[in-house]
Amino acid sequence: MPDLEDLYREIILDHYRNPRNRGELETPPAVRAEGFNPLCGDEVIIYVQVADGVIEDIKFGGQGCSISQASSSMMSSAVKGRTVEELQQFNHAFRSMMSIEPDPDDPAPTNGNSADVKLGDLEALKGVVKFPVRIKCATLSWHTLTQAVEEAQADS
Amino acid sequence: MALDTAAVRADFPIMCREVHGRRLVYLDSAATSHKPRPVIDAVTDYYERFNSNVHRGSYQLAVEATEALEEARRKVANFIGAARDSEIVFAKNATEAINLVARTWGRANLGPGDPVVITELEHHANIVPWHMLAAEQGIELRWIPIRSDGHLDLTELDRLLDGARLLSVAAVSNVLGTINPIRQLADAAHDAGALMMVDASQYTPHLPTDVADMGADFVAFTGHKMCGPTGIGVLWAKPELLEAMPPFLGGGEMILNVTKEGFSTAAVPWKFEAGTPPIAEAVGLGAAVDYLTGLGMEQVREHEVALTGYALRTLNQRYGDDITIHGPTEPAERGGVLSFEYKGIHPHDVAQVLDRSGVCVRAGHHCDKPLMRVLGCAATSRASMYVYNDESDVDALADALGEADVFFIE
Repeated sequence: MPDLEDLYREIILDHYRNPRNRGELETPPAVRAEGFNPLCGDEVIIYVQVADGVIEDIKFGGQGCSISQASSSMMSSAVKGRTVEELQQFNHAFRSMMSIEPDPDDPAPTNGNSADVKLGDLEALKGVVKFPVRIKCATLSWHTLTQAVEEAQADS
Repeated sequence: MALDTAAVRADFPIMCREVHGRRLVYLDSAATSHKPRPVIDAVTDYYERFNSNVHRGSYQLAVEATEALEEARRKVANFIGAARDSEIVFAKNATEAINLVARTWGRANLGPGDPVVITELEHHANIVPWHMLAAEQGIELRWIPIRSDGHLDLTELDRLLDGARLLSVAAVSNVLGTINPIRQLADAAHDAGALMMVDASQYTPHLPTDVADMGADFVAFTGHKMCGPTGIGVLWAKPELLEAMPPFLGGGEMILNVTKEGFSTAAVPWKFEAGTPPIAEAVGLGAAVDYLTGLGMEQVREHEVALTGYALRTLNQRYGDDITIHGPTEPAERGGVLSFEYKGIHPHDVAQVLDRSGVCVRAGHHCDKPLMRVLGCAATSRASMYVYNDESDVDALADALGEADVFFIE
C-alpha cells in the first residue's frame, strides 16, 4: 500500500485546516455552481466572478473530505486573478497530473502548452493518484469551477 | 448456544486473505456480506453439474436445473415463514423487488393525491421508486420523522396514515441500526386501510424473519447481504396481491400464451420473473439459507447483540466525547450497524486511515441523503458486523481509529 504520507502531505492538511477563499460571493455579479460526488456525498459550491476574461474573484463552500476541501482551497488560490485561458491550462495540467484522459467536453487550452504550467502548491495532490478512489475528491472542485466559468461566460 | 466465531470464520475463505499486510477486518456487511464455502460450492456445483435453462427443457439436465431453482424457492419460503412457495418472487435484489411493487401494484392502484408513507431512515431504494411514481402518477409522499435517539417519531402516525394507501418501512435502518416496530406499524397501516411493505434487507440476514408475525403485505430483501450471491433478491407478498398485480417485465418465462394480438401471463410467481432467471444465484441463496439455518438465526441475533454491546462500550470508553455513535444506545433495540463521527474528521479520511490497518468500513451517505440531512451531516463512517466478526475486529477498529489523529488533529 502506498504511504498515507503521500496522500496527506503537510501542505494539503494546511489548506484543509486553514482554507483559503472559503466563503460566498454575491450573485450576480458572481456565478454559483454546485458539484456533487454521488459516491460519498461530498459537495462543493464555487462562486466565481469573471470580467473581461479574467477570474476577478473566487470563493468556495460545501463540505467534504480533506482532499476535496484542500483541492478547492489550492485551486482557488491558483486561479484567482488569472485569465480564463490560463485556467484552462491549469485544468488540463491538473487533470493530466491526476492521470485523467482529456475530457472532450472540456475546452482545450487555446494557446500555450499545459505541460509548461507550473501547478505550484497543487503539485502536492500528486500523491492522490496512488489512491484511485480519491481522484474524484481532488477533481470535483475543478469540474465545478469549469462549469461555473462556462456559465459566467455564457452570461456575459 | 453462542456462535463459535472461530469456526464460522473458517467457513469463509476470504477471511484468509490479508490487506496491506494485515489480516482482513471486514466491517462492511451492511453493504454486502462475505460468502461461506457451502454457498461458493453450491454455485460452482450448479455450473459443473446442472447448468441448463429452466422450465422448458424435457431433458434430464433441464429437469434438475428447474428442480434446483424451485428447491431454492422452497428453502427461502421456509426461512421467512411463507405459507406457500409461490409467495416467493425472485428479483435481482431488494431494490428491484421494491420497484416491482411500485411499478405493478403501485401503477395499477395509485392515482393523483394517493398518499404513500415512508420514513426518514429509508434507503434510497425505498424512496426513489416512490418519487418516480409521484412524478408519473402524482402520488403524495409522506414522511414519518425520526427522533434524536434514532427511533421513529410516531406521535403523528395516525395523521400521516389518514387516507394512506401504502406504508413502506425498513425493518432495520442501514445507517442507524434502529429496529423499527414493524408489527405495530403494520397494524396501524391496516387500521387506516393501507397496505404494509417491509424493506427487510438489513433484517432478514440478522434476525429470525416471519412474514406472518410482521403482519406485512409485501416484504423485500436481498441475497448478497445474507451470505448469498449478488444478483438475487426476494419479494414476498400475500398471494391475493400477487394474483391481482399486473406483470412487471415482459418476455419469456412470464407468459402462458402469446399471439399476434396479445399475451396471457403465467401463474404466480413466474408471472413476475421474465427472462432466464438467476438460477445459479438462486441455488446459492438456497445454500445461504441452509447455512444460516445451520448457525441458527436466534444465535446469529444473540451474537450480534453481544458484539454490538461490546463495540458500543469499547468505542465510547476509549474515545468518550471524541466519538458520536448515531442511533439507539441499547444493543437490544438495534442491529450491528454503527454509524459514527470521530473528532470531526471527515468519514472519507477516517475510512482511508482505517484501510491502512486492513479495517474495512464504509464512508459516505449510505444511500440515505435525506437522513444525513436530518442528522445534520453530509456523511458518516459506518462499521457493520456479521456472523464472522468478533471482539478482536472491534478492537482493531478502535486501535486504528486513533491513528487518524496523526494527520488530522493538530
